[in-house]
Amino acid sequence: MTFDFFLVQLLNGISYGLLLFMLASGLTLIFSMMGVLNFAHASFYMIGAYFAYQISRWVGFWPALILAPLAVGVLGAVVERFGLRRVHKWGHVPELLFTFGLSYIIVELVQVIWGRAAVPYSVPAELDGPIAWLQRLGLTFPKYRAFMMAVAVLMLVSTWLLLTRTRIGLVIQASLTHPQQVEALGHNVPRVLMGVFGAGCALAGLAGVIGGNAFVTEPGMAGAVGAIVFVVIVFGGMGSLSGAFIASLLLGLVDAFGKTSDASIGGLLRWFGTTVDPQTFGYAVWKLTLAQVAPVLPFLLLVLILIFRPKGLMGTRED
Amino acid sequence: MRRIFIQCAAAGLALTAITGVTAQTKGGGQTVRIAFMDPLSGPFAAVGQNIQRHFQLAAEIVNKKELAGPGVKFEIVPFDNKGSPQESLTLLRSLIDQKIQYVTQGNGSHVAIPLADAIAKHNERNPGQAIVFLNYAAVDPDLTNSKCSFWHFRFDANTDMKMEAITEYMKGRPEIKSVYLLNQNYSHGQQVTRVAKELLGRKRPDIKIVGEDLHPLGQVRDFSPYIAKVRASGADTVITGNWGTDLTLLIRAARDAGLNVNFYTYYAGVIGTPTAMGAAGAELVRQVSYWHPNIEKYPAEDLYTEFKKKHNEEWYTLASYTSMTMLAEAIKRAKSAEPLRVAYTMEGLKMPSIMGEIEMRATDHQLQQPLFVSVWTKAGGEVKHDSEKTGYGFKTVRAIPTYVASQPTSCTMQRPPKP
Repeated sequence: MTFDFFLVQLLNGISYGLLLFMLASGLTLIFSMMGVLNFAHASFYMIGAYFAYQISRWVGFWPALILAPLAVGVLGAVVERFGLRRVHKWGHVPELLFTFGLSYIIVELVQVIWGRAAVPYSVPAELDGPIAWLQRLGLTFPKYRAFMMAVAVLMLVSTWLLLTRTRIGLVIQASLTHPQQVEALGHNVPRVLMGVFGAGCALAGLAGVIGGNAFVTEPGMAGAVGAIVFVVIVFGGMGSLSGAFIASLLLGLVDAFGKTSDASIGGLLRWFGTTVDPQTFGYAVWKLTLAQVAPVLPFLLLVLILIFRPKGLMGTRED
Repeated sequence: MRRIFIQCAAAGLALTAITGVTAQTKGGGQTVRIAFMDPLSGPFAAVGQNIQRHFQLAAEIVNKKELAGPGVKFEIVPFDNKGSPQESLTLLRSLIDQKIQYVTQGNGSHVAIPLADAIAKHNERNPGQAIVFLNYAAVDPDLTNSKCSFWHFRFDANTDMKMEAITEYMKGRPEIKSVYLLNQNYSHGQQVTRVAKELLGRKRPDIKIVGEDLHPLGQVRDFSPYIAKVRASGADTVITGNWGTDLTLLIRAARDAGLNVNFYTYYAGVIGTPTAMGAAGAELVRQVSYWHPNIEKYPAEDLYTEFKKKHNEEWYTLASYTSMTMLAEAIKRAKSAEPLRVAYTMEGLKMPSIMGEIEMRATDHQLQQPLFVSVWTKAGGEVKHDSEKTGYGFKTVRAIPTYVASQPTSCTMQRPPKP
């Protein structure tokens, strides 16, 4: 493995991890603020991609980058105000079921409006292709991936600044642990929660805008990414933003390096001196390379963390 | 009261008799329903939906020109198998209940193989309710070798035939020194890897296979790790049997990463891939196929332009037309749409077609047809038609006649008693 191959794979892994973090951060914020695990979160990711596709067809990619997440955020706020709030009084499980049902409805609506095949939402021409000055140094890395990383980092930093340095951020943090006191002080806590839900969905929408044209925008994209996002949340610890950050980067790297590794158990056994050939019992399992099982690795990690440390890497909530 | 009842009953009977008679004399018409079973949702939905339209066009032409005989009409009945073998077997039950006798499928061999097996078993146990399987695109060679069946007919050239064509072309390309094999991890992809190694070893033993990879079917969205591997291996050529989104995303990732290697593909013409290739793929991507829009003398040009104008999509699956016209011819010659008779008529059937004379070889039910290796290049001159409005199209670099593409078979077919 040469150094520049390693570097490119590292960057690939980090960019994918940051995209996952954009998604996971919204989900974890909503969970820590409201105790609601939003099953429809990946569907808002999908809506973000489709809105961006539609808006970019009307006015272009750059306006879509701003407008689509806002639209998804508004949609999220509406869902919270007219849906989730009503269900809230019956407890957590009904809220969960509500978001679960919502995820199915959203997928079907998307298919009704845009059809069942993938839509041609593509990277804008100015962001296409490898980075020129990096190429002169011998390293090829696509411009768009670098853009993805930049947007993710920017979004993260501004969210963190918002939460810790602004007054509204302090109100949000206080509403997390002491909602009655905050309400007694005169703040409109339900409205704050609605804003948080909307903001979380807007984050997912932004992830969709960025990810939808790098990967395929199709009705199955919510299902494809939904499972991984939950792995990130559980692995990092429910309710912990820094845990989600570490977990998403880890999963991104596992994905990038796993796919390219030709290591297998058989290879490892061979290195230790034992012969493994087609006659060996269970050869079909031993010869499986890491690259072939790469899609399963995140779920393997999920199972492992649930066995050894159920509250996740940096989990804060016990329930 | 009784009189009125008798009068009404008589009127009712008369009406039924009249309508019954007129239905008979209306044409003695017979509708042959052909089930189209392919993914119409999921990652390969675009491919399935596009080819469904191909088949509907072919059926319209058969009906208009009465190619199956006077009054015989074809009707395409779509079934969405979501690309899953389990779903296909469930749909097969539904097909049988609806008494449909012909089924066509093509995307991919992981469905075709269990489907062919299930159909063969059903036909053996229910001789009066036989179903004929018209395979238009599943190219695993086993279906016409070790797993051949009397009820299965393949209209696409199989993997061995296509690799024969590609390697024939590669024989004359000394600049190819190292090859990377990148395929989907199921029967088709594995067969491509196997036969590529075998034929390259025989025809160009100097070429080094510097790497191979098998990735999950229809699931990988991000091919950049694989592209990085190809680059690290130093290969100058990639051979891939990928199709649909798997090829589109692979080529897009190669383009993004600025990787300028040659791609030898089976399916660069399938919907979505021409758009992904664009200018970046010019002179680098080649495909082997039984047809492309710019073959000498432009056969099937009228079908191509008609379809493109109507649906704004490329027409490239000639097998849809070949299979429907051959079925029609078999029905006409057998003077019956009964599956057993039609199957016996279709095996060994020779007929003129858009690509010259074609034959459904009787030993293994593999259609014998010429193949073309073409390169993706700028439109203009000989490249009259560009694909998917990219300004680029396919140009023949080698025409492989039928007898060269033809492969021997190990099929020992069990045949039901002749009617």
